[in-house]
Amino acid sequence: MKLVTAIIKPFKLDEVREALSAIGVQGITVTEVKGFGRQKGHTELYRGAEYVVDFLPKVKLEAAIKTEMLDQAIEAIEKSAGTGKIGDGKIFVFELEQVIRIRTGETGADAI
Amino acid sequence: MKKLIALLALFGACSFAAPVIAQDKPAVPVVEAKPAGATAPAAVAVPPAAAATPAPAPVPNKGDTAWMIVATVLVILMTIPGLALFYGGLVRTKNMLSVLMQVFVTFCLISVLWVFYGYSIAFTEGNAFFGGFSRLFLAGMNADSTAATFSKGVVIPEYIYVVFQLTFAAITPCLIVGSFAERMKFSAVLLFMALWFTFSYLPIAHMVWYWPGPDGFTDAAAADKLTATAGWLFQKGALDFAGGTVVHINAGIAGLVGAYMIGKRIGFNKEAMTPHSLTLTMVGASLLWVGWFGFNVGSNLEATGTAAMVFVNTLVATAAAALSWLFFENMFKGKPSMLGAASGAVAGLVAITPACGFVGPMGAVALGLIAGGACLWGVSGLKGLLKADDSLDVFGVHGVGGIIGALGTGVFAAPSLGGVGIYDYVANKTAPDYSIMGQLMIQGTGVLTTLVWSGVVAFVAYKIVDMVIGLRVPEEEEREGLDVTSHGETAYHV
Repeated sequence: MKLVTAIIKPFKLDEVREALSAIGVQGITVTEVKGFGRQKGHTELYRGAEYVVDFLPKVKLEAAIKTEMLDQAIEAIEKSAGTGKIGDGKIFVFELEQVIRIRTGETGADAI
Repeated sequence: MKKLIALLALFGACSFAAPVIAQDKPAVPVVEAKPAGATAPAAVAVPPAAAATPAPAPVPNKGDTAWMIVATVLVILMTIPGLALFYGGLVRTKNMLSVLMQVFVTFCLISVLWVFYGYSIAFTEGNAFFGGFSRLFLAGMNADSTAATFSKGVVIPEYIYVVFQLTFAAITPCLIVGSFAERMKFSAVLLFMALWFTFSYLPIAHMVWYWPGPDGFTDAAAADKLTATAGWLFQKGALDFAGGTVVHINAGIAGLVGAYMIGKRIGFNKEAMTPHSLTLTMVGASLLWVGWFGFNVGSNLEATGTAAMVFVNTLVATAAAALSWLFFENMFKGKPSMLGAASGAVAGLVAITPACGFVGPMGAVALGLIAGGACLWGVSGLKGLLKADDSLDVFGVHGVGGIIGALGTGVFAAPSLGGVGIYDYVANKTAPDYSIMGQLMIQGTGVLTTLVWSGVVAFVAYKIVDMVIGLRVPEEEEREGLDVTSHGETAYHV
């Protein structure tokens, strides 16, 4: 089992969700986050005051994936979240030790 | 609670001490020296005087009265919620309620002080700088009392005149809140407001606006005699239709002095202090604009053709100033912003305020175009030079806009530039000669007088408040935000 964490552009969230649903991913968790990478921030000007906004709003999504589906899931995210422009985000993949469905007590791949 | 009681006691003390000091200051004897002084000279605010003349006392016109009631309500709308939201949107989330509170409560405080002694000191006969005490606690006033307008034989109920002027007196100190937003103690704000209102707003209003009304201006000698009883700047012939000096320059310089004396906000120029809701700022600016029709058009005191002209001027000057601000903003800073549009509109409103009853619509547009660009410089270039943390640019917008408006009035009031000139109440027609340079000098005197008077009073008032209460909240409270630390509540729960 793997935990896939992807940082994407906020307006791409719906497309990514659809693409993951289409390959059979049962659930994802989404968080609004801020961060910086190669896509630098921008400046905002309020009357005379200029502020550099370093941290840009992004969406972080997390999905627990069966190992055999990993490549498919990564491809789905890449395709749906990509715009070809700087700032499209990143995908991180972690080993997932255990998953437990709280309602039924199922564990492992059955609980995903 | 103890602090609050002490505070109330202070207000009480200064509300009663004020007239005494006011009486001590000038060398000229005040009217109250004579037992019948209150009713002696003719006209404004002194209805019993009419009994001396055989002609029946004029009765208010219902249309004028109705308009003045509506206008007064509109000016209240400018302050609460208009100005409060305009300012509130510009501060950080953690200080939203503190700004709303400072504006709201200052409005309440000045309203009460106004009927206690403010109206009397500003709008009854005294000397050239302070009025008298004949209307303390609105003494001797009833529903039949009348106040003069700008037309002979036309009066409005004095009660509505009192509250119309009350709304002006109340919004002016509220404007200052923007300068020291996000760091001043609430009790210090209120004490400062009471002091500054008493020793700056009231005398400046008296100097600029008090006159005995037009009815007695029958011949040159009578006119001279009556003019001699008017306020100092009125005697000089300063033109200020709705409060460019009295309201905007007055508040603008007091704000700037405050920004210096209180010091910069923690993290100023280091941390981002972005406005938390430009949506609310836009709502506030729009409410200000709507309310300003009460402010400017109501200053005509009658529902006449001049009132309609003032309406047009107030609308087009504002629109022109917003466009002008955006044009220059786009040119020099790259993008036209919502905050720029809202600020430009306010700058235009400020600039047209003294001029609205004296200039023509094209003069108003010109004034707006100048004010938009000048105030943009006021909040960027000038602000950099002044090196003060005038948080919401009270001086940049109201000070600079007020000065542009006051001087511009002298220029664009000229009949040769589409203005209406100066009305001669003896000849009952517009005076034939108008000197732009001459009027400009007079307007300049008004501007300088207001800058110096208000600046000095504000300086002393801040010093007193600093000694009695202390101006700033402790650093920890400033970092946490005034909403929680000063008022025990939070603006938004999400």
